[in-house]
This record gives sequence, structure tokens and C-alpha cells, in this order.
Amino acid sequence: MASPESAVNGPTMTAGAASKSLRNAFGGVIAFIILVLIGVLAFSIRLFSVIKYESVIHEFDPYFNYRVTQFLSKNGIYDFWNWFDDRTWYPLGRVIGGTVYPGLTLTAGTIWKVVNSLNIPLSVETVCVFTAPIFSAFASWAAYLLTKEVKGPGAGLTAAALLAMVPSYISRSVAGSYDNEAVAIFALVFTFYLYIKTLNTGSLFYATLNALAYFYMVCSWGGYTFIINLIPMHVLLCIVTGRYSSRLYIAYAPLVVLGTLLASLVPVVGFNAVLTSEHFASFLVFIIIHVVALAYYIKGILSPKMFKVAVTLVVSAGLAVCCAVIAILIAVVASSPTKGWSGRSLTLLDPTYASKYIPIIASVSEHQPPTWPSYFMDINVLAFLVPAGIIACFMPLTDSSSFVILYIVTSVYFSGVMVRLMLVLAPAACILSGIALSEAFNVLTRSIKNRKKEKENVEKKPTPSKTEKRLLVLPLEASVIAVLLLVLLGAFYVVFSVQVHCVWAAAEAYSAPSIVLTSHSNDGGLHVFDDFREAYSWLSHNTDVDDKVASWWDYGYQTTAMANRTVLVDNNTWNNTHIATVGTAMSSPEKQAWEIFHSLDVKYVLVVFGGVVGYPSDDINKFLWMVRIGGGVFPHIKEPDYLRDGQYRIDAQATPTMLNCLMYKLSYFRSDFIPIHKTDGKGFDRVRRTEIGKKHFKLTHFEEVFTTHHWMVRIYKLKPQRNRIRGKTKKSKSSRSVSSKRDVRGKRNPWH
Amino acid sequence: NEQLAIPQLRQSSYRHETPPTNPSRRCLHLGYFGGKRLHKISWSAPKPSPLTRSAPMAKLAIFFTLTLSLLPFLSHSFSPDTPTDRRILVLLDDFSLKSSHSIFFTSLKSRGFDLDFKLADDPKLSLQRYGQYLYDGLILFAPSVERFGGALDVAAVLDFVDSGHDLIVAADTTASDLIKSVATECGVDFDEDPSAMVIDHQGYAVSDVDGDHTLIAADELIRSDVILGKTKIEAPVLFKGIAHSLNAANTLALKVLSGSPSAYSANPSAKLSSPPSLTGSAISLVSVVQARNNARIMISGSLDLFSNRYMKSSVQKAGSPSKYEKSGNEQFVTEVSKWLFHERGHLKAGNLRHLKVGETGEPAMYRIKDDLEFYVDIFEWSGNSWEPYVADDVQVQFYMMSPYVLKTLSTDKKGLYHTSFKVPDVYGVFQFKVEYQKLGYTSLSLSKQIPVRPFRHNEYERFIPTAFPYYGASFTTMAGFFIFSVVYLYNK
Repeated sequence: MASPESAVNGPTMTAGAASKSLRNAFGGVIAFIILVLIGVLAFSIRLFSVIKYESVIHEFDPYFNYRVTQFLSKNGIYDFWNWFDDRTWYPLGRVIGGTVYPGLTLTAGTIWKVVNSLNIPLSVETVCVFTAPIFSAFASWAAYLLTKEVKGPGAGLTAAALLAMVPSYISRSVAGSYDNEAVAIFALVFTFYLYIKTLNTGSLFYATLNALAYFYMVCSWGGYTFIINLIPMHVLLCIVTGRYSSRLYIAYAPLVVLGTLLASLVPVVGFNAVLTSEHFASFLVFIIIHVVALAYYIKGILSPKMFKVAVTLVVSAGLAVCCAVIAILIAVVASSPTKGWSGRSLTLLDPTYASKYIPIIASVSEHQPPTWPSYFMDINVLAFLVPAGIIACFMPLTDSSSFVILYIVTSVYFSGVMVRLMLVLAPAACILSGIALSEAFNVLTRSIKNRKKEKENVEKKPTPSKTEKRLLVLPLEASVIAVLLLVLLGAFYVVFSVQVHCVWAAAEAYSAPSIVLTSHSNDGGLHVFDDFREAYSWLSHNTDVDDKVASWWDYGYQTTAMANRTVLVDNNTWNNTHIATVGTAMSSPEKQAWEIFHSLDVKYVLVVFGGVVGYPSDDINKFLWMVRIGGGVFPHIKEPDYLRDGQYRIDAQATPTMLNCLMYKLSYFRSDFIPIHKTDGKGFDRVRRTEIGKKHFKLTHFEEVFTTHHWMVRIYKLKPQRNRIRGKTKKSKSSRSVSSKRDVRGKRNPWH
Repeated sequence: NEQLAIPQLRQSSYRHETPPTNPSRRCLHLGYFGGKRLHKISWSAPKPSPLTRSAPMAKLAIFFTLTLSLLPFLSHSFSPDTPTDRRILVLLDDFSLKSSHSIFFTSLKSRGFDLDFKLADDPKLSLQRYGQYLYDGLILFAPSVERFGGALDVAAVLDFVDSGHDLIVAADTTASDLIKSVATECGVDFDEDPSAMVIDHQGYAVSDVDGDHTLIAADELIRSDVILGKTKIEAPVLFKGIAHSLNAANTLALKVLSGSPSAYSANPSAKLSSPPSLTGSAISLVSVVQARNNARIMISGSLDLFSNRYMKSSVQKAGSPSKYEKSGNEQFVTEVSKWLFHERGHLKAGNLRHLKVGETGEPAMYRIKDDLEFYVDIFEWSGNSWEPYVADDVQVQFYMMSPYVLKTLSTDKKGLYHTSFKVPDVYGVFQFKVEYQKLGYTSLSLSKQIPVRPFRHNEYERFIPTAFPYYGASFTTMAGFFIFSVVYLYNK
């Protein structure tokens, strides 16, 4: 194994004349310094969002986490545990304590408390903003530890450096991205490290730590099921390939027992830890490993002949029992409609499942399968290094390297199903790339060194170990050239390109908080769109505390966190029917929509409209999902009614159902007055790039109360019920004259 | 404890609008000429408590009778010194109606109303000045007017109603499109045929000598003590005019006086060529509408119904042996106008409160399966004071998308309604809802939001008896394993 500095600094370390122990000590110090620098790099590369924008919480889910953390810091842990939130999911409410993964919140809350007890007056928001960068530094260190266990410290340092700046991970952990994944990736890698450590040492101490790390992971993220399935798979692999050992038993059995006990302490998991199919593999392997252990034990105490007899006996009896047990299990599992799996897990096993049955899972952008470019965007050159890393893991194949191979294979599959799980792939790719790079350096430098030694040795005496080493040694010329090439490429391509790419990704692509948008005008000026916060602060200042605001679920968390108003649905999409109700209201004509909203005590309706400034992720573009989700529960909403010849359009060719639905009306109400393009006609939608299909309409059941500066957020109020009920209208002269008068008034442009 | 709380609560804010004949309205008038400062003061003037109002009312009545004679001269010049209690604008086709319908007007005046007579085409007509309404009620006794004078039009009349004021519309055969469109906007459709009248060959009044049976002795009255008073109207009501109909889906409008099954609407002088569009009991002769803001509207198809001639005349319904000295018109018109001007059937409810059994303060949140008590106050306006409303059909709902609990409230006959129940085993954001809609009464709709939370983690039972075998099993397993380990490790 190469010492750390040789791996990182490459061929320059050939001049080592010092003794070996001094070298190791020196290497340890340098490795430590490098690790600290990697930590600093990991932290600081994620600060672009704060520098470029401001120290705010990003996107949607982080706002909920922030609100929960605020509650925790104000009311303490017991109130948090028992928190019944009456401001979301009106009128159902949500038991936050029992439905949230508390890891992230508790972590940030603890940091806040510690920092404040040291008399450093940081606000909760600041702590939340910087939690993700801090934990990405931890994650890099955990990657170092894990890779070090697999292939030595050189590979560890390379992997840590790569993980610190891999864009896929940056995208989820920039400052302000206060989401579960921020701490969960650290927990994931650290749990794997402790598992490998236990596997390598056979120490019960590390096994216990492993269970605790697993507990932290369960607290933090639903992705813990990845661990509890991957580790059993690895154990099974080891058993099948005849690598069973007592170390394997110690690494696995305590994890399952303690881990399951601890996991069921987390309120959101509870009995799921033993009831759902996600955890089933671990129990099955738990049984298998005991059978195997027993078999090995019996083999040890019996003579080989007796053992054969025992095997035939046990196998025939055991098979019968197993068949019976499996038959019962299958019957039990099959009796449940989802086969005991949750919707999201099923989506992972069958990628077409969600689009067929659960539009609400399919509609989430981060649940879409990734495109090919997103692999290059997110893990960049690592995609090419991973195969080399896999090969390196096979030379030689150990328990730990087989685990890494299994990790990369499964995570590649999962990332191919859901773009969000690219995040799980990133550490695996970094670890394998680190192994690949470090091994390449290892082989090449060793071959240079050995060739020199060989020349000396040939003159003196041939060593018996020479033949062994020869297998790994390349010709001197080739290796020198290869080392030079690798260094050059490494320097110019890998390091610079990766770094430049990563820095670019960190600064440009992944730093936007999505709550504040910017655009560059033609003359290079920066234009800031702060419409979301404008709308939310309008709501908080101009509406009653108990008013209910209806919007599509994307904006639920933000409305509760920033405007402090009650919402019907939010980003925690646990109740499909309730979301479908809102979707139905949005896709119904005004009157029906008014009735639905009125029955839910809604006072304001909030829509996001990008047609004026060209903001593409607005409600009109999300509208088909509302129709699909609404139609999934209320069959009178049919998707074809909103499509003209299978095409989704909002121009004059659009279907009448589309032009009369609430979402269309609320989005385009009055928008025909603003001259958007001087050359184009009025009522031009800059996102869809067409002229809108219906102009100059009036709202009968809603009234506009607020529209933000760039028209991105529009808030409407439900009109009260009519005071009188009109008779059967005969068009008398007077009423006609009244209505014509109103038309004249309505058509006048109120802005000019 | 409860009893003490009530007097305090009575004075505190009620959710409903000011009582219909509240002297504080007078204060509003002060502002008109007094400029901004006065205006402000008048708004912030405290409302006299309903309990202390009977004494000023008496003085007021004396003063009122003194100024009554001067009214015709003062009516067009608004004076802040005139202590009007309740001003009603009467729009007439012709001032002769003032004398021909004087019984009705006098009865209104004697009940304390200040009537302001104007011609319907008076060019200075206006319902409001400086954004404040000058009148609390409007009587349209001008069936034939094609266009109101001044600033008044259909929209202004409807706005008047929509801001909570009351309206009487009387039409007859000469009814103009204007009057008909006012009625249509209120949910009442007059017969479209302009020459049609209500004809009843069975239920006509015997005195109807000309023989076309358009003078009807109607006795199909709505059965409601609130609208028509407790004394039964014995004599039939004389009616001569046009028919109207109500949309069945209109829950706000009521037929007070409807046609008999043999009535129909047609032109009496022409031969009936096609079946009449309105027949039988679908015909309404007099209807009332109570708008959602509790403004009350009365629409009559006959102006003569209010006239002195009909009120005084004797009546005998065709085919009926009993002859009455006096028609039911006066009683009918008086009683309906009492209801109309909120002297009867006007409820107010408020002070919704609830508490957990055994506690005093109102909690911010309940837990599932809590026992709670619920209280609400309901009072009725008797014309000069708020009296306790007594009924046994007021219900409260504990509501989350649908009522989970529906309880009838019991009353202590002092205006306090009460019930107690157990919170259902469902958590969520509930509402206490009192939705009270009773024929003739103002509709009450109150709600108060209250969240219901699930058990806290430490509110569950600690040890469940049925689980003792499992506790036993786990502890014996642990002990057994311990003993086994000791024996295995040290017994060699």
C-alpha cells in the first residue's frame, strides 16, 4: 500500500530517504492536513448561494424543516414530538411529530442550542442554512474513512476530495438547502464505514456503533431502507461465495437486532420496522446467517461422515419447513394490494409503477428518471472512472471491496429510476473513482520503483517474491509515460475540469434558492424576481390569521412557513384525496370550484403564473398533473377534455373545458391588458410562446386581491355568496343596458 | 359561576349587525354636516346597551309625536336636529295615494316610523348622501313609474337592499318594467303578459260586481306566527292585481299569500286562447324575501291591497257562508310590515363559548375524547328591547367537512343555550357551528374553529393488562438467556 502522500502527490515522492516509521508519521500529519483542507473545500464550495443571493432557506421542503426547527427551538423536544399542526392540511391537520424524520431537525436544533449556550447569538435560520455545508464536510471525511477501510488511505483521500466537490451532492447540500439529504448522506456513508470496519475487525464495539449510526440514518431520511437492504444483500453474497466468517456474523447480527429496535423508536417508522416488506430482506438474511452459522458450528464438532448424514437430514427437513413458511409469507404478503411495499419503494422496483397507478408520485420532478446528460452534469468524469474502480476492486476481491461493488451496482440502478437517487450514487461513484485513481498511481509508481530495484537486484541476487510482483508490474517506459499522462490529464482534465465544472455547477446551476430568481438582461444587468416573498408577506400582512389559502401543493410549505396561513395541501403529499380535491377545484369551472373551496372554508386562492416574465415552472405547466391527480379520485375530470388532439395548448385551439377551468381563468385573468412584447399582440404568454385563447373575460365567483410585481404570484379571494337569488331572468331592457355599460367599463385598460 | 358571566357577555360584542331600530343610527346623521371630525366621533360613539334603552325610547316617542306634524315640511330638508328614529322613504306615483292608503301609513307612523313621501320621478331623489344611507327602508308604491328621478335606479335600489335595508314593492296591472326588474332581481317573477291579472272563479269576493272575478278574497296564508303575528287572520284578504311566481330553488323567498288552486293569471277582457302560464297555487299574490344579509323585502302584486278602501270593506268569499264586516287586509298588512321592519323575528346570537368539563378557561385545543360544554346566547328583538329567545330546536354541530356531533341545545329561558358532549375520536380542525334557519326568523350562522389533537405520547395507557403474557414472555426469555450464558460459559 502506498503512503498517503504518494497517492496524492504522485511520483514526486520517490525521493523518500527517511525511515519507514518517520514516513508514516509524516504521512499521517499530511493526511490530516489534507482532510482538513478537504473539509474546508467542501464547506466553502457550497457558500455560493449565500454570496450570490442571500442567507435564505431554499426551495420548498427546506421551509417546512425550517419551520419545524423553529418550533423545536421554541417549544422543546417534547412539544415537538407531540406537535399537532392545525395550519396544514386543513381541516385534517397533521401530526408532525409522528410523520416527520426528526434527524435533521434535532441536529440543527442541537447545534443551535450548543452555539447559543456558548453565547454565540446565531438565529435558527442561520444554523439551518449552514447545516448542509457542515455535514457535507463530515460526509467527505466519512468517505475517507470508508475508502480507507477498503483500499487504504490514498484512495480514501482521493475519494474524500472527489466527494467534497461532486456536483450531484452539491446540488442537495448548498447553503440554504436545509433538507433531510443534507445530513442523510453523511449518515449513509458513515454507517457503511462502520459496517466495513466491523467486517474487517470483527469488533463488537464497532458493531454497536454501526447500529447507532444506522439509528441516526433512520432518524434522518426514508432512504435508510437502502442500507437495510444493501447490507443483507452483501451478507448473502458473502455467504454464497463462501466467505462466511465470525466477523461477518458480528457485523450483521447486532446491526439487525439493535438497528431494528432503535428504528422502531422513531415515531415515523414505528412498527413499520418489522411490518413492511422493505425490512423483510434483513430478517430473511438474519435467519439464513444463523442457519449458516449453525452449519459451520456443527461441521466443526462432527466428523465429516456424520456431517454429510446430518446435512441430508437437515436439508430435506429444512426444505419442507422453508417451503411451508415461504408459502405462508407469500400468502400474507400477497393479500395486501401493494404486496406490503410502499408506493415509493414499488416505484423503485418497477419504474413504470408510479406512472401507471400513482400520479402523485410520478408528478414530482425529482421522482422522474434522469436523462443521460444529467449523469454527466452530476457526476461528470467520475462516470468514466467508475468502471476502472470496479476492476480495481476485483484485484484482489475482499469482503469490503465486494461491498463497494455491490453498492455501486445497486445505486446505479436506483439512480436510473429516480433522479433524486443520483444522490446515493454520488458517494459510491466518488469512492470507486478514488480507488481507481489511487490504484492507477499505485501500480504505475510501483512499477517505476520496482524496475529500478530489479535492475539492482539482477546484479545481486534474485528474490523469490519477484514472480509474484511481476504480475502487477508494467514495463518501465509504459508506466513512466502513463504516469506522466495521468498526471497531466489529472492535472488538467480531472482536477481542473472537475473543479471548474464543480465550481461552475455550485455557483450557477445549483445555488439558486428558487424562492428568489434572477435573470440577466441583454446589457448584462441583473434583474431580481422576488415575487414569492412579496406575495407571502402580502398574505401575512393583509389576511386574517385563521384564513385558509388554497394553492397547488408545491407552495404549501412556503405559505405556512413564510405567510403563516393555513393551507389545504402541502409538499408532504400524504393524503391523495385531499390533493385530488384541490386538483379538481382547479380544473373545474368557476362555480363548481367556488363550491369546493367554500366547503373547505377557503378564503384565498393562490396561483403562480409565469406567462408575463417567462417563468416556466408555473401552475399552467403543472396543470395536467392537477387534472390527472384530480381525475384519479373524481372521475368526472377527464384528461382528454383538456387536450386538443392529445396536445396541451392554451391558445385559441384549446378545448372549452380548458379555457373555462379555474386555473386558466385565474392565471390569465386581466393578463390580456399587459403589453408584453411590443411587436406581439396583447395576451401573449411568454412561457408557452402563444397568444392566449380566451381574453377579456370576467370572474364571477372570485375577485383578484393581489398580483405581484412581475405577475408571478396572483392571489384571489372568494366572493361571498350572493345576497339575493335572482328570478328566472327575462332580459328586460334595463338589465341589458346595465350589462352593456359594464362591458364598456371592463374593456377599458385600467393601466393606460 | 356561569350565571355571573352572562351579563358581562351580553354587553360585549355580538357578531350580528346593529339592531334594526337602534338609536345609534341617529349618530350617523350627525356626521353629514359636521365634517370630518364629527363624522369620526359619530362612528366611535358607543352603542347604548339594549338593556338601558327603554327610558330614552319613551322620551323619544313624546318628542317624535311633537315633530310629527311638521314632518311634511321637514322631509325634504334634512336636519340633524330632527330626532328621527327610523326613516322610511315612500315613493309614490301620485300624492293622492297618501290619502287613499292613509290607514297603512298611519299605522306605520304610530309605530314610530318617520315616513318621507316623494314622487317616484322627483329629480332630487337620492337614497344616500356622502356614502351614508338617509333611509332605513324603502316603500315603492309607484307601480307605473318607468324611470326613477334623481340618482335612483334599479342598481341603487338593489345596493340599498344589499346593505341591509328593507323594501316593500307593490305592483298592479300598470306595473312597469322597472318595478318588474326590481322584483326579478329579488327572485320574484311577475307574469310576463302585461295585461294579465289574477282571476279566480271560485275564490272571488262576493262584492265583486263587475263579474270578471279579478277581486279575490284570498285566504291561503303562510302558516307562520313570526310573519303574520300570533292572532289568526280570520277574514280573507282582498286582492286585485297581477300574479307572480317564485323559483322553487329559491330558498330565500316565501309565498305569504298565495293563490287558491282555482286561480290563474290571464287577461280578463280577452278570450283565453292558450292555457295560462301561471295557475293554481304556483301563483303567489304577496311574497316576502329575506336576503342572506337579513334584509327583508315584501313584494305584492296589488297596490290596492294596502288601500283604505279594501281595508274597510266587508268581505264574503264566494261560496262561503261567513261574511266579515272588515276584510283581513289591515291586519295582514300591519303584521307583515311589522315583520318586514324587523319588529319581529329578528334574532341575534353570539358569545359562542366552550370549555372542558371541570375547567374554567376556554382551551385553545381539545384532545380526542375530551368532554366539553358548549354555550351560546340567542336573543330576539321585540321592537324595543332584546328578549331571550326560547326554542327547543337550536342545534350545534361539531363539524369537520361533515358534522361529527349534532346536538340539540337546551335553553335556560334567559337566552343561554347549552349542551355538553364528548369530542369524537378523530383529530383535525373542527368547528362549532350553529346554523339556525327557521321560517320567518333571521338566519343565524355562527362558527368557531377549534383544533382537536391526538393523544400525547405519555397519555396512552402505560401497561395494558392484555399484554401481560407478552411482558412475561420477554422477561423470562431474557432471564433464561442470562442463566444459559452463565451455565454455558462457567460450567466446565
